[in-house]
Amino acid sequence: MHIPDGFIDIPTSAAFAAVAAVGVAASLKGAAKSLDEKTAPLAGLTATFIFAVQMINFPVAAGTSGHLFGSVLAAVLVGPYVATLALSVVLLLQALLFADGGLTAAGLNVFNLSLVGVWVGYGAFLLVKKILPKNKPSITTAATIAGFISVPAAVMGFVLQYAIGANSTFSVTAVFAGMMSAHVLIGVGEAVITAFSVTAVMASRPDLVYGYRGTKAQLEIRKA
Amino acid sequence: MKNPLVVVGLVLSLVLAGGLSYYASSEPDGFEKSAGEIGFLDTAEDSPLADSPLAEYGVAGVENERLSGGLAGVIGVASTAAISFGIFYTLRRFNKSRS
Repeated sequence: MHIPDGFIDIPTSAAFAAVAAVGVAASLKGAAKSLDEKTAPLAGLTATFIFAVQMINFPVAAGTSGHLFGSVLAAVLVGPYVATLALSVVLLLQALLFADGGLTAAGLNVFNLSLVGVWVGYGAFLLVKKILPKNKPSITTAATIAGFISVPAAVMGFVLQYAIGANSTFSVTAVFAGMMSAHVLIGVGEAVITAFSVTAVMASRPDLVYGYRGTKAQLEIRKA
Repeated sequence: MKNPLVVVGLVLSLVLAGGLSYYASSEPDGFEKSAGEIGFLDTAEDSPLADSPLAEYGVAGVENERLSGGLAGVIGVASTAAISFGIFYTLRRFNKSRS
């Protein structure tokens, strides 16, 4: 879901770019607090891996493909602040190096994937994690469900942008319905890739997984 | 680098972007497809960078499609890694100086 230039008018794009910039600035602060010697390499890997996997479009229906967003994958592995930065690096590089996604539209894309996808997705992860047993498989289950939810959440970001400042005049209801139905199967793909990736990291280095370390900390507090 | 997970992950990223991407679906993604069906796809404008040497995940001047896409993928992985590791290691230092 890389919005090209032209879909959304310039004033709206500029406003969302400003919001995106504030979000990224706040995340720089938050990320500085959470990164240490062990998690900084995982953060770099997460951004790189998401770039690579986003190149692999998978078929979802006749004549349609989809690719990973990566918002929840990043948020669960390295935390939402670092995830916001990781997704922003990927999106900006794609726009600048590969002309994938527009330039005036860059703020729209960062808003949808780095802010809405990451934070709504991470919120969903925390909620699902709360109602599941406190163990390792629950982390993967919660990440999988949240991965699915993050896709329509990010799509809602675009629908909002369309409603505020589209350069075309189709009804917002039609845009909502069309975009949502086009992204259901992409959400399933998102869930599957998120599940595989989180499982692999949980199997090898669970101590590095941000969404899991939180669980352990909570347990320790209760014991004391 | 002490962490084997990071080494394996970076190698996997290179294989995905540099090799497997050739087999990726070339159909439009759900977003583009849906924009076309609803009817506003034609309001899209080319990126000002649409003629840049790596536009559309290919390397300008490299005729072989597999090589062109694979090279673009490797350049993308290397650039993403350089920038993101740079940012996150720098931020980590801020953390260190604070504690």
